[in-house]
Amino acid sequence: MRGVLKWLRRDLRAALSVGFLLLLLGLSLTAPIVAPHSPTNQNVNNTLHEPDAAHPLGTDDLGRDVLSRLIYGAPATLYASFLAVGVAILLGVPVGLLAGFLGGWVDDIISRIIDTLLSFPAIVLAIAVTGALGVGLTNGMIAVGIVFSPQLARLVRAQTLIVKQELYVDAARVFGASLGRILWKHIVPNAIQPVIVQVTLLLAVALLAEASLSFLGLGVQPPQPSWGAMLARAYHYMEIAPEQMYAPGIAILLTALAFNALGESLRVALDPTMKRR
Amino acid sequence: MTSIVEAKDLRVHFSTSGGAETVKAVDGVSFAMNRGETFGVIGESGSGKSTLGRAVVCLLKPTAGAIRLDDADPYALSGAAFRKNRRDYQIVFQDPNAALNPRMRIRDSVREPLDILGEGTRAERNARAVAVLDRVGLRAEFAERYPHELSGGQKQRVNIARVLTLRPKLVVCDEVVAALDVSIQADMLNLFADLQREFGLTYLFITHDLGVVSHISDRVAVMYLGKFMEMGGADDIAERPLHPYTEALLSAEPVPLPSHLRSGQRIVLQGEIPSPISPPSGCRFRTRCPFAEDICASSEPEWRELEPGRYVACHFAGQVTKGRKS
Repeated sequence: MRGVLKWLRRDLRAALSVGFLLLLLGLSLTAPIVAPHSPTNQNVNNTLHEPDAAHPLGTDDLGRDVLSRLIYGAPATLYASFLAVGVAILLGVPVGLLAGFLGGWVDDIISRIIDTLLSFPAIVLAIAVTGALGVGLTNGMIAVGIVFSPQLARLVRAQTLIVKQELYVDAARVFGASLGRILWKHIVPNAIQPVIVQVTLLLAVALLAEASLSFLGLGVQPPQPSWGAMLARAYHYMEIAPEQMYAPGIAILLTALAFNALGESLRVALDPTMKRR
Repeated sequence: MTSIVEAKDLRVHFSTSGGAETVKAVDGVSFAMNRGETFGVIGESGSGKSTLGRAVVCLLKPTAGAIRLDDADPYALSGAAFRKNRRDYQIVFQDPNAALNPRMRIRDSVREPLDILGEGTRAERNARAVAVLDRVGLRAEFAERYPHELSGGQKQRVNIARVLTLRPKLVVCDEVVAALDVSIQADMLNLFADLQREFGLTYLFITHDLGVVSHISDRVAVMYLGKFMEMGGADDIAERPLHPYTEALLSAEPVPLPSHLRSGQRIVLQGEIPSPISPPSGCRFRTRCPFAEDICASSEPEWRELEPGRYVACHFAGQVTKGRKS
């Protein structure tokens, strides 16, 4: 814990992104307290209103408070991103490790499956899965995670192919290390760096996938707010109220940016050879 | 007492990518190592000596022939028993840097073999790791560092230390000083000699450096293109080589004398070592041998014990060396 604080104090970029993500998390947990209005209360006399004292970010096409919807939408958005990426990590990393390390026919079979999955557009599979399992954010994001997993698997496989040839892996083998130990102690720590960066990139993509799914009406169901759904609604009124897109758009942008920046900082921090003396 | 390592017609072949061709890195090597001795294997790059060392510690499975460790076939063991058996037969690699996981602290690297065996508590293992580091001349403060914070020589000491934690019977030293500064090579060789006395180690010492091999070895084998050309006592071979290749190697050794004081003619071998994919017919060395005759191309010289303890594979063994061609 002390090490983390020390790292954040030294790395401004990491501190800013961690701070922003913590702020989002805090807002998610305390939404009922901090949000000025109900996210679902409509007021048809006050639609598409510009920001004022009562509604700091204005109101949407049904007269709902944009700031409140943004705050209430944060948990759904974060949940969706982490769910999809979590599924992708759980499926992709072990599969990639085994394919890369064992090679041979295991690799052949896994690689064909990866290629097949890679040819699937994420959203199309998500639509198919939600069609089969029922509409909802969780089903949709699990499907997105499954579509993401080959990207991670392929990256992990490529990294494993490189790392498994390292001499220290041979050394561990001569010591009598088991397969699990070699993978966990030697392959994973040395292969994971680009994976961390890729994961943070995927978090940002998952954020957008959530937005797309909700945009299509397959994710978060109205009237519950999510950033993607808000953006989708704002899109319909682009010509009469373009400022409607700013709040959810910038929120998505900043969050994606924070994930990416955090990933880059983590990559540097986790590499002992890049540590400052 | 039986030999600690015995190789019988050992062959290690690799298929090239695509599998069309076979690289015969080790192609029929037989020898036996005695307990406590230092057995030097010398040969130029591409002679298959590193492959031989890796086969001895079971990093490469023989394509044909057999390797016996303490008169037992290690590959007859399965899974966990095979891994457990490995502790007695260790290897120190040429590149001290690549042999250490860059993300592990030195202490963790040295402790790893003990962790795998699961001996004692973590604190005891830590203490043993630090003690062994101290034995190879690294102060306790190095234990907390990462490999990139150490010099090449220090890293090689770490590699030696962690092999020692296992108290192995045999250590394969694969070009252990080749990557190090000349100024510390002698120190390192002395450390190896001291450790051998202290821990009763048997060394398989692989090198391309004749000076190193004669300094440290009891017996020496000369390897060329996957086969042994000659084997015998280190001093005997240095004084009276029986194989023309050995003689050429010996004469290539730099002598710290001005040219007009050097005795004898330097034998300069022509060309490169042939490809191990398609080695020459008959004697492998014939394409570069100054004494080659027709028989060398048509029949492969037998591996024979010409004198007690001295093995050689040459049709004219002992007759052509030192320019004494009959």
